[in-house]
Amino acid sequence: MPNEPALPVNKDVALTACHECDLLVRETDRPDASHYSALCPRCGALLYRHSRHSLEHTLALACACLVLLVVANTFPVVGLNIQGQRIDTTVIGAALQLWREDMLAVAILVLVTTTLTPLLEMAAVIWLVLPLMLGRRPPAFARVFRVLQAAHPWAMVEVFLLGILVALVKLSHLAEVLPGPAMLCFGALMLLLTAVSALIEPRDLWRAWEEARE
Amino acid sequence: MSAPYQAAATGKTACPNCGLLGSPATEPACLRCGTPLHLRKPNSIQRSWALLIAAFVLYLPANLLPIMETRSLFGPQQDTIMSGVAYMWSSGSWVLASVVFIASILVPLLKMLSLTVLLVSVQRRSNRQPLQRTKLYRFLELIGRWSMLDVYVVTIVVALVQFQSLATIRPGAGVIAFAAVVVLSMLATQAFEPRLIWDAVDNPAPKEITS
Repeated sequence: MPNEPALPVNKDVALTACHECDLLVRETDRPDASHYSALCPRCGALLYRHSRHSLEHTLALACACLVLLVVANTFPVVGLNIQGQRIDTTVIGAALQLWREDMLAVAILVLVTTTLTPLLEMAAVIWLVLPLMLGRRPPAFARVFRVLQAAHPWAMVEVFLLGILVALVKLSHLAEVLPGPAMLCFGALMLLLTAVSALIEPRDLWRAWEEARE
Repeated sequence: MSAPYQAAATGKTACPNCGLLGSPATEPACLRCGTPLHLRKPNSIQRSWALLIAAFVLYLPANLLPIMETRSLFGPQQDTIMSGVAYMWSSGSWVLASVVFIASILVPLLKMLSLTVLLVSVQRRSNRQPLQRTKLYRFLELIGRWSMLDVYVVTIVVALVQFQSLATIRPGAGVIAFAAVVVLSMLATQAFEPRLIWDAVDNPAPKEITS
């Protein structure tokens, strides 16, 4: 164990530690500013940020994402037309095709990274934020929040979108390619998911949780 | 900078889930949210090495085995990642060829090599360029996901090119190895503990912070 505390740890001063370099930092509140962020003075990592209407905005964007996810998975992403013979595919259809080719692991990976993880993330966001806005503590708050943070790196909608584009250009030598409605949805989804993850702030959520009723 | 500014020197750590400061010695779990507290991620170096070596091993089949097998009127053809890039380059899609080359070949390789450098430097308790190394780690977390590009391209192409009489494309075994490289190297990056970079700076004496 390290020796005695080298810094006087005062109960009145809110301290936090940088997640990347372990520097002890004094937290500051700026009640006048509508949004601000704090970076670690030593390594530049984002310590925390705050925006005044983050809960409302997060909830609205998360609902929009859920709608887009449904549309993105029911309509075809892309289609091909060879001499009047037309084939198009949805994400689930593409995953099923991989499964038929004995690539179950890859099929699951594709489905998880493009659809299931964003779905799980948005469901978790709504689970957390909706009760907080009504002034109540959501059940299993900490566990759902942990799931949300663990799931985040595995949502790869933006990479998928680039993958669709590359596939389209590759196949355009072979046949007429027909971009489907779901492609637009994935484009919009990419922007909205980025916005939601930029708005979700652990410190604000936990403060709202502390202020809410049991 | 010396020890007083380091949270671990006061026996404290920020909860990885909610950010509240806690003392792992007296509170095994965060008082607010119940997340297990550790001064440093447990066994991060071993876990990171194990995942990284697995990724290195699979990088070979990922690049040598075919990722797509085409059967068409012109006969069967097998494509590896590199032959796909070469085909796109020679057919005039330079931008696309570069994008796929960077995402599928350069990014995974650079990522694994950088993580190796980080792990070795942390094990040698190097105190050189901690800021640059932290930025490198942050960059690795950012770019790792883009290697999934080729997996998605194969998925879409395989789903679309199913014209029984003219041409069918099947996924090759390389896809499984390639997807595994991406997932394993992402897990290896997550297992790495960036605070170890700064421990060598904050405690020049060889004293390791564990648990």
